[in-house]
Amino acid sequence: MYNQTEIIKDTSELGADGELVINMGPQHPATHGVLHLVVTLNGETIKKIEPHLGFIHRSIEKMCESLTYRQFIYVTSRMDYLSSHINNLGCALLVEKGMQIEVPDRAKYIRVILSELTRIASHELWLGAMAMDLGAFTPFFYAFREREMITDIMEDTCGARLTMNYIVPGGLMYDLHPDFQKKVKAFITQFKSKVTEYEDLVTNNIIFQSRTKGVGILSAEDAISYGCTGPVARASGVSCDIRKIYPYEVYDKVEFEEVIETAGDSFARYIVRVKEMNQSIRIIEQLIDNIPEGDFVAKTKNVLKLPKGEFYSRVETARGEFGVYVVSEGGTTPHRIKFRSPGFSNLSVLNHIAAGGMIGDLMASMGTLDLVIPDIDR
Amino acid sequence: MTNEEIKEYISSLAPAANYDETGEWLNILVEPTALKPLMAALRTGKMQMNYLFCVTCVDFKTHLTMVYHLSATTHRQSIVIKANVNRDAPVIETVCDIWRTAEFLEREVFEMFGVNFTNHPDLRKLILEDDFKGFPLRKDFEDPINMIKL
Repeated sequence: MYNQTEIIKDTSELGADGELVINMGPQHPATHGVLHLVVTLNGETIKKIEPHLGFIHRSIEKMCESLTYRQFIYVTSRMDYLSSHINNLGCALLVEKGMQIEVPDRAKYIRVILSELTRIASHELWLGAMAMDLGAFTPFFYAFREREMITDIMEDTCGARLTMNYIVPGGLMYDLHPDFQKKVKAFITQFKSKVTEYEDLVTNNIIFQSRTKGVGILSAEDAISYGCTGPVARASGVSCDIRKIYPYEVYDKVEFEEVIETAGDSFARYIVRVKEMNQSIRIIEQLIDNIPEGDFVAKTKNVLKLPKGEFYSRVETARGEFGVYVVSEGGTTPHRIKFRSPGFSNLSVLNHIAAGGMIGDLMASMGTLDLVIPDIDR
Repeated sequence: MTNEEIKEYISSLAPAANYDETGEWLNILVEPTALKPLMAALRTGKMQMNYLFCVTCVDFKTHLTMVYHLSATTHRQSIVIKANVNRDAPVIETVCDIWRTAEFLEREVFEMFGVNFTNHPDLRKLILEDDFKGFPLRKDFEDPINMIKL
């Protein structure tokens, strides 16, 4: 660790250039969580960024080794808390794959609708927070107005607003709230009438554009090499949407586009997420009136035992590819479990895209990576 | 490519490799010394495995197993490369000059399992504190203060 501000090299070694090390975080207002960046500067130019992680490391992988296959799903809501539904879904899919449980159609439809609502809520929060990082305070309230409707829908059906824990191996914990469809339709109407406000307020804003265009450029080769997924990679022209490549649940039955931009800068990452919200609305519209009747959960044994072997499942969260890798010895608890979190790989690219740029541009590069710290630290 | 073709191709690169087809993907077990040349050939050769999406380690109490999940953005076929390393002095060569995502993933494996990656540019603890003793994800790790076992 370094002191708060210290000059580590005197100017004589480096000619006219000095080197200044500053600490951003762990309590910086723009890091949205406890991420500590040690930034080496030369004047205003960034020479190197070194992330220091682990302030909220809870050793979730070790914890899961002593939890049963029904219990460990609840811990995963606490990793990427903005995509908790989709994390739960990834784990449930793994158990269903290992035990060959056939999930009822009703559960599949509801899972996809809730996943897409979660994705919109996550992108809304990101939009507000990202605009606030760049000094625009108003978009935060606009984004939270719509997000609030989603959290209300989640509260009715799942009983929680953030860490839902609604998806269980075999289906869902209980059936939908009777008002679910009515409220989702009200949300879609509201969202569609308000989404143009984001365009006026943020997308077409000349200050926002000049702060993000050409900032933090990531090429397609580097995006793949660094393991970037989700909107970060898609803004660089890499096709990586798990919903399209390896469709799960009913994603192969709905029509939607994988949003791909080629510029690779912060503005492209912004555009990808805004367009993705519209695609999520499109998916929900196709499913909301067609939820089949029937059971919402398959009949499973009380104690779940995965056969001996190795299992891997992956889903597309709001941040990218979330993978679960389980090594089973045939018992009721996993022998080893590994979560491939999208935020971890997306963070590792930060030094690459921000080094050489200005310190003022760091916020735009980092904000558009959409880092969620509990997902990185686990 | 089918599994048979991949096996044939890999046998030409690493003759001592063992195969396991029971799981979802083809598992290839190689010696730790043969890992680096095989990985380099998989990246640049005809398979073009440009996407390393998961690097981890598993403690089997008698030995540690490094697990690399590889895929390609062109043909989307996934394979798993494994290498058993000695539990008392685990050493393996780094792959972070082939896939840059491996730099952080290997740092995590280093602190959690104690595997030493030779030629790694910056092998330090990433998540744990600098003075942390022990390797928490090994099966014999005991922490009397912060109980994480049930």
